[in-house]
Amino acid sequence: MNMISDPREHLVVIGNGMAGMRTIEEMLKLDGGRRYRITVFGAEPHVNYNRIMLSSVLAGDKTVEEIVINPREWYDENGITLVTGDAVKQIDRESRTVTSTAGLVVHYDKILIATGSKPLAPPIPGLGLPGVCAFRDIADVDKMLAAARTHKRAVVIGGGLLGLEAAWGLKQRGMSVALVHLMPTLMERQLDAAAGQLLQRDLDRRGIAFFTDGQTEEITGTEHAEGVQLADGRFIPADLVVLAIGIRPNIDLAKAGDLEVNRGIVVTDDMRTTDPDIFSVGECVEHRGNVFGLVAPIWEQAKVCAARLTGDETALFASQALSTSLKITGVDVFSAGALMAADEGDDEITLRDDNRGLYKKIVLRDGKLVGAVMYGDVADGQWYLGLMRDKTDVQELRDRLVFGRAFAEAGSGKAAGPDFAAMPDSTQICGCNGVSKGAIVCAIRDKKLTSLSEVRAHTKASASCGQCTSQVEGILAFAAGADAKPAKKTICECADADHDEIRAAILSQELKTMTAVREAFAWKKPEGCHKCRPALNYYLLCAWPGEYVDDSRSRFVNERVHANIQKDGTYSVIPRMWGGLTTPAELHAIASVAEKFNIPTVKVTGGQRIDLLGVKKEDLPGVWDDLGKAGMVSGHAYAKGLRTVKTCVGSEWCRFGTQDSTGLGVKLEKMCWGSWTPHKVKFAVSGCPRNCAEATIKDMGVVCVEAGYDILVGGNGGIEVRVTDPLVRVATEDEVLEYAGAFMQLYREEAHYLERTAPWIARVGVDYVKKRLVEDNDGRAILNARFLYSQTFAQIDPWTERVMGTDAHEFERLPELVGE
Amino acid sequence: MPGNNWKNIGPLANIPVRGSRRLCLKQKGRPVAVFRTGEDEIFALIDECPHKKGPLSEGIISGNTVTCPLHNWVIGLEDGKALAPDEGTTQSIAVRVIDGDIYVHLPELVTGARV
Repeated sequence: MNMISDPREHLVVIGNGMAGMRTIEEMLKLDGGRRYRITVFGAEPHVNYNRIMLSSVLAGDKTVEEIVINPREWYDENGITLVTGDAVKQIDRESRTVTSTAGLVVHYDKILIATGSKPLAPPIPGLGLPGVCAFRDIADVDKMLAAARTHKRAVVIGGGLLGLEAAWGLKQRGMSVALVHLMPTLMERQLDAAAGQLLQRDLDRRGIAFFTDGQTEEITGTEHAEGVQLADGRFIPADLVVLAIGIRPNIDLAKAGDLEVNRGIVVTDDMRTTDPDIFSVGECVEHRGNVFGLVAPIWEQAKVCAARLTGDETALFASQALSTSLKITGVDVFSAGALMAADEGDDEITLRDDNRGLYKKIVLRDGKLVGAVMYGDVADGQWYLGLMRDKTDVQELRDRLVFGRAFAEAGSGKAAGPDFAAMPDSTQICGCNGVSKGAIVCAIRDKKLTSLSEVRAHTKASASCGQCTSQVEGILAFAAGADAKPAKKTICECADADHDEIRAAILSQELKTMTAVREAFAWKKPEGCHKCRPALNYYLLCAWPGEYVDDSRSRFVNERVHANIQKDGTYSVIPRMWGGLTTPAELHAIASVAEKFNIPTVKVTGGQRIDLLGVKKEDLPGVWDDLGKAGMVSGHAYAKGLRTVKTCVGSEWCRFGTQDSTGLGVKLEKMCWGSWTPHKVKFAVSGCPRNCAEATIKDMGVVCVEAGYDILVGGNGGIEVRVTDPLVRVATEDEVLEYAGAFMQLYREEAHYLERTAPWIARVGVDYVKKRLVEDNDGRAILNARFLYSQTFAQIDPWTERVMGTDAHEFERLPELVGE
Repeated sequence: MPGNNWKNIGPLANIPVRGSRRLCLKQKGRPVAVFRTGEDEIFALIDECPHKKGPLSEGIISGNTVTCPLHNWVIGLEDGKALAPDEGTTQSIAVRVIDGDIYVHLPELVTGARV
C-alpha cells in the first residue's frame, strides 16, 4: 500500500553500519527526508553502533549502550524502515528488486551498498573450531567476553591496530594473552621499526606475550581450540583464538549483481558504482585504487554520496592525508603519511627519549611535512596533520619542528599552546568527523551550546575516537566563555551532577532522603535508575548514621537478601570466621547445616572462611538460624562493606612471628564488621615481613615487625594487581585500630560509590591520604570517632534480624497456583 | 467480579512498594514475577530476562522498569521489552487489582501465550 500512496522514490540501504547510516544522516540534514522513502537492511540484530568503539567495550571502558549511534527511535522518527538480522542476498537490476535471506523482496529506485568489510581469514586449519573468532562485531565481542569469564588463555593473531586492541581488551578482562604477528615489528604499516619496538616493550611490560615473526600454521584442537602452532615449531596453548589480521571489502553482493569490482566495489568521484542508480560508501568501496579502513575519509564519502543522492551534481570525493591512533589506555601512538624518507632528497628528523618512552619522527620533502610518527606524546598530532594537508612551507620551522608546536611557534614569535582566537576557521580539529574550528565555533554561538556533550551532539566533533576532546573543550571555553560547562563524569544519565557535588550537597543542604537529593539536582527520572539509586542510598547512609533508613529496594539483590546470588538462582552463605579462626563447635554446626539442607558444595574461600554454595532462597532463614545458634553471624561476603581480615598465625605459634597477628586481625574485624563502604573492603595482618597473609594486596594491610606495625593501604589483587602504598609505622595495636577506623571513614566519606580503595588512592594520591591520616593527629581522631559512632548503628547481624522475621517476603514465594 | 480466567493471588500488600514477588504454577507454567511500582501500579512478566533468563523479580525497580540483577538489562514493565540498545522481549501477563486483591490472567500462564 505504501508504495502506491507514497510518491517518494524508494532508497534501499544495504548495511546498517556506520558508513550507511552516516550517509542517511547527511541526507536528512540536506533535505529532511523529502526525496526518499528509506528501507535499511542490516545483517546484525542490532541498531546502528560505533564499531570503532568495540575495543573500548571489550576493555570495559564503555558499555554497548554507550556506543549506540542511533537508537531504534531515530529510525522511527525519521520514517525509516529498519530490517535487522536479515541480510540482502541478491540485487536484480532487471526487475529493480532486492531479495533478503529471509525471502523479503522489495522494489528499489536507488540502492546504497554499505556492506563494509569482512575479517580476512586465510586458509589456516582449525579456523572453524569453537573458541576461534574474529573481532568485527558485537557478536564477536560477546564471544570474547564469555570466554574471558570462563577461560584463562587467549591468543590473538595479528599485530595491527585491531589485534593490539583485542589483546589489550582481553588482558583487561583478566585473561593471559599472547599475540602472534607475522612481521618483526608491530603495526608496521603505521609505525616505523623504532616506534613499533617501543610499543612492544610497553605492552610486554603490561603483560602481553609477543610472538613476532610468527607464521600461524594451524589452530589445534578437536572439540575446541586448544592452541596455536607456529611454522617455526613454537606452540602456544589457548582457550580462545582471535583472528585479527586484517579486513577485506565485502563485495560479494555487488559482484553477484554484475557491478564492477576489483579489491573493492569500484566507485567514481561521485560515489556511484558502474550502475548510476547504485551508490556505495565505506569499507566496501575502492576509489581510484584505494580502499578504506579509517573513519575520516568514509565520513567524507557519506557527505558526497548524500549530496549526490539529493540532487547535487557537483559534489566530489577526494582522498586526503590520514592519521591513525591506537585506543589502548595509556599508550599513545600517532602516525600520518610517510613513515620514512623515500630517498636522499627527503629529510628525516628523529627525537628519542628511551627513559620517558618518547619517540618522534618527522619526514620532510621539498620544505614540506609529509610524514609524522609519534609515540608517547601525541598532543601535536592534529597540528602535524594540518601542516601536511595544507602543504604548509615549514622550512623556517625545520630545526624546531620535531620538538612540537609550542616550541616551534614560540621560536617563531607566536604564542605557545593552541591559541584558538588566532587559529584559522578552516583548521581541522576532529580528524574522524572532518569538523573544523569554524564549524564548532558557529554551532556553539548559533545554538548557544555550553557543554562538551552538546557540542558533540550538534557537530560530532570528538564523538568518534575522542582524541581531540581537549581541543574541543578549549574551543568551547574560547567561544562560550564563562557559559562553558566543563565535561564531567555525572553520577548517571539521570543527573548532571557528579558524585562529589552530590555528596557535598547532602551535607551542606542537609538532604536526608533520596527524593530530597533528586529534587535538589533536578533528576531527570523521578525514581532514578539502577545506577544512581544504590549510590544515593549509600551516600545518605554514610552521611546520616542513625537517621537515614536504609532503602532495601535500592540495593542490589545480594545486599537485599544478605547472600550471594549464583548463576542458577541459588545463593551462597558465608558465615564470619573472625581473623580466619574457627572452633570445633562451629565446624560441627556448618557440617550439620550442609547435611540438613542438602547443600551441594562446601568450599574454603580465599579469605579464610567456609562457603556453603547452592542454598535455595527459601532455605536461607533456616540455614542462618542453625548457624546463629552456634554463635555465627553474617560474613558480609555479599556486601560493599568489610569482607575478611586474613591473618597468619603470628607470634603465638610461628617461630618467625614478631607480633600477635591473629589477635590483631580479630580485633580489627570485630571493630569494622557491618559497616557499609563504597565498595568491598578486605584487610590482612601478617605477623612478619614474610607476609604470609598477603597484606600488600589488600585495601588495608598490616605487616608486623619487631619495632611495631607497618600500615599499608590501597592494594588490590584483582584484574589490575596493585601493591599497597606504605602509610605509616606505629608502635602499638591501639594505634593500628585508630588508623584503621580513620582510614575506613575517610574512604567511606570521600570515595565514589563502587570505587575500590586502589583506584580511589590512585585518584587522590597517597600523599593526600597521608596528609589527612598521618600529619593531622586531630583529624585522624575525629575520623575514627565518626567511624565508631556509625558502627553503633551498623553492627547488627542481618541474619539474626531475618531469622526473627525482617523482610520475610523476600524469602517466601507467593502461594502456588494450580494450572488447569 | 472477574471471570473464571482471572485468579486471585492475594492482597496487594503482599508485595513491597518498588518490589516484586515470584509466583509459581504447579505443573505447567514458567515462573512469573509480579511487580509493584512506586506509583502502586501492578505488572506481571514471565520471570526470565530475555538475555540469560535472569530472575527479574530480584531486580531494582525504577519507574516502570526493572533492571535484571545478572547483567543490568533494563526491561519495561508494561510490555516486557528490553530498552535500547538491548533487544528482546519477555512475555507480559495481564494483571489487575480489584478491592485490594491482585488477579492474574490464567490462560496466559498455562498456554504461555497471550490470549
